[in-house]
Amino acid sequence: MKPVFMTYTKKDLINLAVCMVLSVLIIPSFITTEYWYTSILIPWLCLALATIGQQIVMGYTGQLALGAAGFMAAGAFAMFNLILRVPDLGFVGSLIVSGLIAAAFGILFGLPSLKVRGIYLMVATLASQFFIIWMIDKFGWFKNYDSSGIITAQDIVILGKPFTTPLAMYFVCLAVTTVLTLLAMNMARGSTGRNWMAVRDMDIAAESMGVSLLRTKVQAFAISAFYCGVAGALFAFCYLKSLEPVAFDIKLSFKILFMCILGGLGTINGAFIGAAFILLFPVLLNAIGNNVFHGAIDATIISSIEQVIFGGLMIIFMIYEPLGMAKLWENIKQKWKTKIPSSTNLKSSLGKKT
Amino acid sequence: MTIERKFKIGKPILEVKNISLSFGGVKAITDTSFDVLEHEVRAIIGPNGAGKSSMLNCINGIYKPQQGTVSFKGKEIPNITPNLMAQMGLSRTFQNLALFKRMSVLDNILVGRKLHTKTNFLEVAFQLPKVKKEEKINRERSEEIISFLEIEDIKDTPVGKLPYGLQKKVELGRALATDSSVILLDEPMAGMNVEEKRDMCRFILKVNDELGTTMVLIEHDMGVVMDISDRVVVLDYGKVIGDGTPDEVRSNQKVIDAYLGVEH
Repeated sequence: MKPVFMTYTKKDLINLAVCMVLSVLIIPSFITTEYWYTSILIPWLCLALATIGQQIVMGYTGQLALGAAGFMAAGAFAMFNLILRVPDLGFVGSLIVSGLIAAAFGILFGLPSLKVRGIYLMVATLASQFFIIWMIDKFGWFKNYDSSGIITAQDIVILGKPFTTPLAMYFVCLAVTTVLTLLAMNMARGSTGRNWMAVRDMDIAAESMGVSLLRTKVQAFAISAFYCGVAGALFAFCYLKSLEPVAFDIKLSFKILFMCILGGLGTINGAFIGAAFILLFPVLLNAIGNNVFHGAIDATIISSIEQVIFGGLMIIFMIYEPLGMAKLWENIKQKWKTKIPSSTNLKSSLGKKT
Repeated sequence: MTIERKFKIGKPILEVKNISLSFGGVKAITDTSFDVLEHEVRAIIGPNGAGKSSMLNCINGIYKPQQGTVSFKGKEIPNITPNLMAQMGLSRTFQNLALFKRMSVLDNILVGRKLHTKTNFLEVAFQLPKVKKEEKINRERSEEIISFLEIEDIKDTPVGKLPYGLQKKVELGRALATDSSVILLDEPMAGMNVEEKRDMCRFILKVNDELGTTMVLIEHDMGVVMDISDRVVVLDYGKVIGDGTPDEVRSNQKVIDAYLGVEH
């Protein structure tokens, strides 16, 4: 058996190429309705990015954290202030710096993870959610002393060119998401990701192998918050087009948590699957309500049904497939391939050994 | 053992002096001292609850003894932590298997290469050439260990799905991957059948012989211990009751009493 040196196999490159062709060429040429961009594709990319952040801290490092929306708010308001006060940074520069500001908050609120774990850590990280929102509300400076409560986000200008149409904004989100997803995959598959997973699976053994728990956990929190911060900035500037702390409330944190769990803990593609599911499912339910039942079912009932189904799904996944939809997808692919001998080979050799 | 050894047994590399450890009112270890010489196979034996695993945990820094000192490579180590000991070149396995269950065999062993990985997360994220170079070296070394332990065919299997005997092997592999000068093995052969035990003994001796790694092991099977170790220390109720070559220990009256019981 030859050693594998490359981080990427041929299959990964094909997958990447397919995704890129689909998102850059096919989607823009076939989807022309603005609704798809403004209400589905852009929020999908933003939330998937935030979910990757949640994955890093929860799926890979195994730290139960519940404050993604807080870091998103930090990123969004940092972005607003940077564009307002430091215009020389430019859009991309501001995006990176606002991610770094969110990362600083991530380090601060990740510190409790050294002492508490599990559900207690979750409660501790809730502090980030409430503290950041409170801070933005309390000090008018963050909102540039705007009294209306809702601030309009500045237009996106990159290298002098405005990106204001839904399609242009979709491309901005797509570019940022693609780059950050690739970086996250590199980390997850490399030595960084191995350290995260070692801390998740058995921290005392990880420490005995020379993995510093302090460094690894704080690093995971910082990177996670960076991703959430960038996602929050994009969410505010491309999707909401306004800034209000209420948009980043605890509900959004929970939503990201659900995306993370349903998508599959410890997978990057699970972030995209989970985000798509949580975003599209209500749309689908509404469409069924309107087209199949012709509005006979009240909209409030539909949204209640949505909650019931989400709750049910969470329980079902936790019991039968804790690794989520990404794993489900893997299993389906595996079933298609059962005739290929490689998997049966493995089983027979295992049998011999034991 | 009359065969010429490539690595001659040398000076003490690890010294444990007057260690006392208690949990509340329960005394696990009382005033225990012994040493481990470079390149030797040193066994710690004793009846259940004798304090053997606690001893390893003290050496490795998981437990902090109330009294006594641990010296490693001639230096006394005041604030001992598992991480520090790993950096100084001391690796270990655990009694109840502490593998990274959801990771593959290869990934588990690669974590053992952590201290030989100098690149930071940004360099990894951008896959700089030096990251690829380092990863290549680490992977080659891990593959070497995998073929040494004869577990090539399971290297991509998640460790949690493997049977017990194989998991023990993977854990040894992970400890080997650190290229440490001392490896502590906490019951490496517990729960294995005769054949697996023989395999494990072969690996332990082979590592000791070929790499000169100092092995400190806890084991219950007296036959195994007497066969493979150079020196044996016997603990009972947290105290040393015998220390010496297997033959010396075997004829020690206190040890015989502890194992067979005394007539009253």
